[in-house]
Amino acid sequence: MSESTGQAVHLAALDTFPRLLMHHASVRPNRPAMREKEYGIWQTHSWAAVAQNVRAIACGLAELGFRRGDRLAIIGDNRPRLYWSVAACQCLGGIPVMLYQDAVAQEMIYVLQDAEIQFAVVEDQEQVDKMLEIEAQVPLLRHVVYDDPRGMRHYTQTLLMGLDALQEMGHSHDRNHPDFLDAEIDKGASDDVSVMLYTSGTTGKPKGVCQTHGAFIAAATGGMEFDRLTDREDILSYLPMAWVGDHLFSFAQAMVAGFTINCPESGDTVMTDLREIGPTYYFAPPRVFENLLTQVMIRMEDAGPVKRKLFHHFMDVARRCGADILDGKPVSAGDRVQYALGDFLVYGPLKNVLGMSRIRVAYTAGAAIGPDLFRFYRSIGVNLKQLYGQTETCAYVCLQPDGQIKLDSVGKPAPFVEVRLDDKGEILVKGPMLLKAYYKRPDATAESINADGYFMTGDAGFFDEDGHLKIIDRAKDVGKLNDGSMFAPNYIENKVKFFPYVKEAVTFGNHRDCVTAFINIDLEAVGNWAERKGMAYSGYTDLASQPAVYELIRDCIEKVNADLAADPKMSGSQIRRFLILHKELDADDGELTRTRKVRRNFIAERYGALIEALFEGRKSQHIETLVKYEDGREGRISADLRIEETKTFAPHAAARAA
Amino acid sequence: MMMNDLIHVAPDAQLAVAERRIGGVVLDLQNISLSFGGVKALTNISFDVREHEIRSIIGPNGAGKSSMLNVINGVYHPQEGRIMFRGELRQKMEPHVAAAQGIARTFQNIALFKGMSVLDNIMTGRNLKMKCNLFQHALYWGRAQKEEIEHRLKVEEVIDFLEIQDIRKTPVGRLPYGLQKRVELGRALAAEPSLLLLDEPMAGMNVEEKQDMCRFILDVNDQFGTTIVLIEHDMGVVMDISDRVVVLDYGKKIGDGAPDEVKNNPEVIAAYLGTSH
Repeated sequence: MSESTGQAVHLAALDTFPRLLMHHASVRPNRPAMREKEYGIWQTHSWAAVAQNVRAIACGLAELGFRRGDRLAIIGDNRPRLYWSVAACQCLGGIPVMLYQDAVAQEMIYVLQDAEIQFAVVEDQEQVDKMLEIEAQVPLLRHVVYDDPRGMRHYTQTLLMGLDALQEMGHSHDRNHPDFLDAEIDKGASDDVSVMLYTSGTTGKPKGVCQTHGAFIAAATGGMEFDRLTDREDILSYLPMAWVGDHLFSFAQAMVAGFTINCPESGDTVMTDLREIGPTYYFAPPRVFENLLTQVMIRMEDAGPVKRKLFHHFMDVARRCGADILDGKPVSAGDRVQYALGDFLVYGPLKNVLGMSRIRVAYTAGAAIGPDLFRFYRSIGVNLKQLYGQTETCAYVCLQPDGQIKLDSVGKPAPFVEVRLDDKGEILVKGPMLLKAYYKRPDATAESINADGYFMTGDAGFFDEDGHLKIIDRAKDVGKLNDGSMFAPNYIENKVKFFPYVKEAVTFGNHRDCVTAFINIDLEAVGNWAERKGMAYSGYTDLASQPAVYELIRDCIEKVNADLAADPKMSGSQIRRFLILHKELDADDGELTRTRKVRRNFIAERYGALIEALFEGRKSQHIETLVKYEDGREGRISADLRIEETKTFAPHAAARAA
Repeated sequence: MMMNDLIHVAPDAQLAVAERRIGGVVLDLQNISLSFGGVKALTNISFDVREHEIRSIIGPNGAGKSSMLNVINGVYHPQEGRIMFRGELRQKMEPHVAAAQGIARTFQNIALFKGMSVLDNIMTGRNLKMKCNLFQHALYWGRAQKEEIEHRLKVEEVIDFLEIQDIRKTPVGRLPYGLQKRVELGRALAAEPSLLLLDEPMAGMNVEEKQDMCRFILDVNDQFGTTIVLIEHDMGVVMDISDRVVVLDYGKKIGDGAPDEVKNNPEVIAAYLGTSH
């Protein structure tokens, strides 16, 4: 007890991340701060070791000429040394700017120019090559430091330097000026900008969101208290460092609470690593949960009949009472016994395979999660909850409290946060976690924060009777059909995407007579389905054009239509016609953002001919598209796409059927 | 200042490494002839392989490429000719002696243990380096334990190098062809060879897999300084990554030299390029 009050007194002075780091290094020097799997073995870095390394990197950067207020670009997978570079940059009063590591070089130019980057720390040869490719366009860039020296022996550019050499330089700097870094850390203040995160650019050019130490510490502290997180949590860090969610969960919260972050060996080993670490605290966008479930379902389909029967029987039990047991609601003794047996035979082993045995709290955010998906995880005893937030609010606005989980809401306003709705239904928020400004964009800052100091989220929503916030759509995306009824494209698309066979859907209907849709099938799920049916196909394009697949997708859409018909507000926006695209929507082609959100306007422009064909009611339409491969080369694919009609339901009939 | 010193020293050191890349002759084949009964597989072939180079052997089907490779690592014994390896003459040699001398190879048709994991398959490449006997390994005590850990580390380095961490524990038989080829390369690398023989490493691969494999071959050559003798069908690949190329046709050598020279050699064009395109 006395220790915790002692800590509370201490916390007041811990108002920047460097101070927090040094605090952990002295309070819990031997606790693991980070783990990374290398050569197949988990290597642990204690808080003391992390502080040492951060110190060395910071001093090395200072030696290179990095000054207070400079921006440091950080590009790469979730490697400990990149997280240390973030902390090192903050120690010097600099501002780390993380870039999406899978972006092609040309896409990086904008951010590097906008943030006037002079220094960059990058992961490996791949990222170094990108920097060299665009060197001419970013003349300010003076130093590129790389973490992994593999393949770098023949690079002679003077702009390059290994992180090892930098740390070595830092060590000797630290020896010669032992007080330098502590003095730099002392200069830091809570309202200094601690990080710049670029918005995904769903709408126009990305903007640099400047967040302060105070904002992220407030968001992290609030979340920590809300879910009673301790320094014993384990989290797997595998989401892009440039995403606000990763910065909150893997950096800010770990720094505030002092828990352990674990870096996977590579992007492909996340599943195995997840199982080995068994995190207690987990954060992932819905798509990750969806992929996991799809894999489980596919493997269950291939299992023997006894196992399959057992699985389905106990999943029924879980569906009936699992979520209630998790929420602590009354459940009959018979169901409890059944559930306990199911836990022993099915849920327990399943959670173990998924790496979810130890999870106390799991969050999902970033997009809507399907009710079936959400219910599945909760019913097997994974405490999966939803949160709501933006880059501008440190991903921290609403959280679902334990025991009060609703499928279609994002929970209640989090501690310290005020949420209000304006008269058009747009969600406004205020609190310590708001952005300081958009970088070099006073106009955009003024536009997004109103006179009362509320940030305008641009999302439309409403509070339900229990005070839970429900999100409908982006306020500006909500449109009207020609007959005046509401058209909320995301809302409809999410309903379609909840089917495992559908990977992506884009609907159109604003100022039109009816609603139509583009569909991307999920190659894995539909491929498996086709295999079981003994259908032959040569690839995505071929599979997507098969009549049987159209049949399958039409079924899904008609179910959505029936569902929409039951909702009086939405019954007008049932999908009338659809087509299956001949290629997967891809961030490399600019069709999705790097966080995999659909860029509606871009798609509408690119596939204008297809949209017209949909609304004109043609039977098929020819299309040729330019595609960009991962290595930057371009190619063309063309196809004749079939357009099919779907059944729609009268509002009354559907209500009766339901 | 000190900062500048550090930055300037590093590139110089790198250049030094780059320049001493290709060294003297390590393997010299003189007037090799090989026949099976009445069939002449190789007739009077001479060429050499230099230290740290990538040397390719190309030719149409049945030109004697694989036979040549089998001569180098001691599977076939040529009836005529001399082989000088590291300055020493050798006439008859068993494959395991070749392996002990630092020659490793991969096969045209994958020769892995299908039921074993990737890790175990690559571990078999360490076989010759294992000093403990079966009994000691079974007890897994003392020296055997220490040895096993050392070997595992080496294997893990190979896995890391080839970027196959995610399939470490997967049985090889379940992997797609391109990855199996990569595992086979891994097994050869685990033996830490000084001379690596690759028998059609790119056969049957798609473009992306070929690009990956090329990169790995170049990386092996670059990072470990391994001398590589490569048989390949794909002309584009050969011309891109080889330092020198030997062209065989019907068991005879019809061309030898840098890729550009070979490409312009009229005899080669007639025998190989001309007919295959």
